[in-house]
Amino acid sequence: MATTTPTTPTATPAPAHEHGHEAHGRELLHHFESAQQQKETATLGMWIFLVTEIMLFGGIFMAYIVYRWAFPDVWAEAAHHLNTPLGAVNTVVLLVSSLTVALAVNAAEEGNRRRLLTMLGITLLLGATFLVIKGYEYSEKFAHCAGAANPVAWVTGGARLGESECLVPGRNFIFPEAHGAEGAEAGHGTADSYAQPQAGLGSPYQLFYFLYFVATGLHAVHMVIGLTIVSILTFIAWRGVITPTYYTPIEVGGLYWHLIDIIWVFLFPLFYLVH
Amino acid sequence: MATTALPQRGYLHDDTPNLGEWIRSWLFTVDHKRIAILYLLAINFFFLLGGLAATFVRIELITPQGDLMSSDVYNRMFTLHGVIMIFFFLIPAIPAVLGNFLMPLMLGARDLAFPRLNLLSWYLYMFGGVFALSAAVLGGVDTGWTFYTPFSSTYSNSNVILTITGAFIMGFSSIATAVNFIATTHKMRAPGLTWFRLPLFVWAMYATSLVIVLATPVVGIALLLVAIERIWGVGIFDPALGGDPVLFQHLFWFYSHPAVYIMILPAFGVISELISTFSRKRIFGYEFIAFSSMAIAILGFLVWGHHMFVSSQSVYSSLVFSFITMLIAIPSAIKVFNWTATLYKGSISYRTPMLYALGFMGLFVIGGLTGIFLGVVAIDIHVTDTYFVVAHFHYVMVGGTIMAYLGGIHFWWPKMTGRMYNEIWGGISALIIFVGFNMTFFPQFVLGYLGMPRRYHVYPEEFQILHVLSSAGATVLAVGFVIPIIYLMLSLKTGRIAGDNPWEATGLEWRTSSPPPTHNFEAIPVVTTEAYAYPPEAAARDAAEWRPGSPL
Repeated sequence: MATTTPTTPTATPAPAHEHGHEAHGRELLHHFESAQQQKETATLGMWIFLVTEIMLFGGIFMAYIVYRWAFPDVWAEAAHHLNTPLGAVNTVVLLVSSLTVALAVNAAEEGNRRRLLTMLGITLLLGATFLVIKGYEYSEKFAHCAGAANPVAWVTGGARLGESECLVPGRNFIFPEAHGAEGAEAGHGTADSYAQPQAGLGSPYQLFYFLYFVATGLHAVHMVIGLTIVSILTFIAWRGVITPTYYTPIEVGGLYWHLIDIIWVFLFPLFYLVH
Repeated sequence: MATTALPQRGYLHDDTPNLGEWIRSWLFTVDHKRIAILYLLAINFFFLLGGLAATFVRIELITPQGDLMSSDVYNRMFTLHGVIMIFFFLIPAIPAVLGNFLMPLMLGARDLAFPRLNLLSWYLYMFGGVFALSAAVLGGVDTGWTFYTPFSSTYSNSNVILTITGAFIMGFSSIATAVNFIATTHKMRAPGLTWFRLPLFVWAMYATSLVIVLATPVVGIALLLVAIERIWGVGIFDPALGGDPVLFQHLFWFYSHPAVYIMILPAFGVISELISTFSRKRIFGYEFIAFSSMAIAILGFLVWGHHMFVSSQSVYSSLVFSFITMLIAIPSAIKVFNWTATLYKGSISYRTPMLYALGFMGLFVIGGLTGIFLGVVAIDIHVTDTYFVVAHFHYVMVGGTIMAYLGGIHFWWPKMTGRMYNEIWGGISALIIFVGFNMTFFPQFVLGYLGMPRRYHVYPEEFQILHVLSSAGATVLAVGFVIPIIYLMLSLKTGRIAGDNPWEATGLEWRTSSPPPTHNFEAIPVVTTEAYAYPPEAAARDAAEWRPGSPL
């Protein structure tokens, strides 16, 4: 609110903020003519920003297309080693969170503060759940690199992994023997010479996991930003700033959340379901 | 509503009790005009820094031997020049300084749609600048501003990551500005200000913003991938790891070709304003100029492959890219012809901004036409990576963008500061810049055609005469850039008080006081006429009233 207030405390007869806020709501910034204009502007601004977000992920999708085109067999093989059930659960979690955000916007519109807070709270929980599950998936991959069967075993020093596998791109990358050998025996397709199991550098399997980690990692970063935004929204809703005449923050924040959701809807089939 | 009670003093008016308050009133301002001034200072600082790097490059090239610096230092020097000039000067210059200052004024709004986002964009710019500067201080980068892989991702031993981070952050600063401009243009126009009453500068900024919003994130992700590849030693652009270095070039040029339109489109906007004002005529073919900006913005996304004619790209896609590149000449030519037609029978006054505008037209035509040479696959392959290319893009970027930037700064200087600059020195420095520029870069066309490759610090003896000519021109150019800094600074103290509309121009920005009050207008203006509503007889009347020594 203080944004357009010049730093002129006393000088003139009309100090900065004394003009009629009674004429309009406190939330209407001075450079707007009407609440309607402010709302439309904010919403349009967010839509434009969402376009840039899509272009940001677009670069990764482009890389994905290029390499999947170059190594189709590798892609089919590599997707087997992602944890599809957990990915599916995460998809459901995100879709439900999109529903709760939509309901939160609706509650704000109706001025139902209690339902608004509930819905935002559930969204926060679902978002956090997504990150926890995603974190588990990542740690599974890292645990395998350390030779443990699962993340719990990695910490407790429990069960060891049968065959060596390390799907985290880098010097220690090992794609497991069995599937790779199949690809080689089949003896067809352009990826033949690459489809050998290869350790460390020089394996196109790395590309799949590199893109997987970058795309889902960037998505997770957006989740963290989204959670921060929803936390702030929850706070201002709790403070009672949100009213049926002014719920633009909820709507704009909701748009951002839906974007995160939509990007995941593309990432999930592209990485988990291509085998 | 309630506007009457808002404080209506010049935005530069200082009533802070002490230095701390004064600094706060600038660094935490959300007034688009103050942010424009912050940008002006920062961007000019980077311009001088990039110019310094260019100075060392030109000094080294005076002799055929590498006597001033080693090849490695030379690599870092031209990379510093390129990175600073492109990412920290040319891309933000006109949008962030003139655009920030003028967009709300031209639209009849009190501020940009998102003032805090606007301030954030300046901080992002500075933050990115700190990264780029620290990379330079810690030893520089040697990849060239293009960061081509796998050199940048695997082999280079310089501060690639720091520089990339700087460019990445700067990108978000551009995006913030662009989002602001688009939302403001759509939603905050004054009553009666329809799309076809908008000044052409606004059309140009709108087209630029669309390009920024669509292209910048792509280079962001490309640079991010290079950084990740360097940090963790994993490959996505490294052929040894199954990656494809050409993919980087595609992603990079998908941004960086549109980026040249991010640099030149705002310049077109400035020139449209200048030509019309100083011809005292309504602009010829308003709609064509407006739509040609949009056409350039759209076509600009379809030609990135013409940077990759020698990068193992299929010859058929090269042909298509070549063809679309030719198409871009059409909207560009439409603009130049319309400006020329505006001059025809206009009452032309050779004030400093107009000198820059006329200089722009000459230089841009040379830059644009040589661009058509380079769009032809056969010629491009012949002169790829030679000084011919260097001369071409300097004609467009320096001869285009910088001429327009300086012309715009002079034109709106009375509005920004309330005072006139020294017209005589203004004219002199504009001429010096024009001469110095041609002396610097025209020999480079010849050099390139004769086979001098870019990015080399040693060269055969027979090229020396042209290189010496070029370096001498650069000296003249440097003098031309220093003079305006001096007289513009002096004008802040001693300049004649400008008045609200010293040029008798038509834009909304001239209807408010100079410098404008914090909320721009006493009351939001109502627009009832087209953008360049000079009366049809204005030129004839000026001609009749002209007498020797008349300023107009």
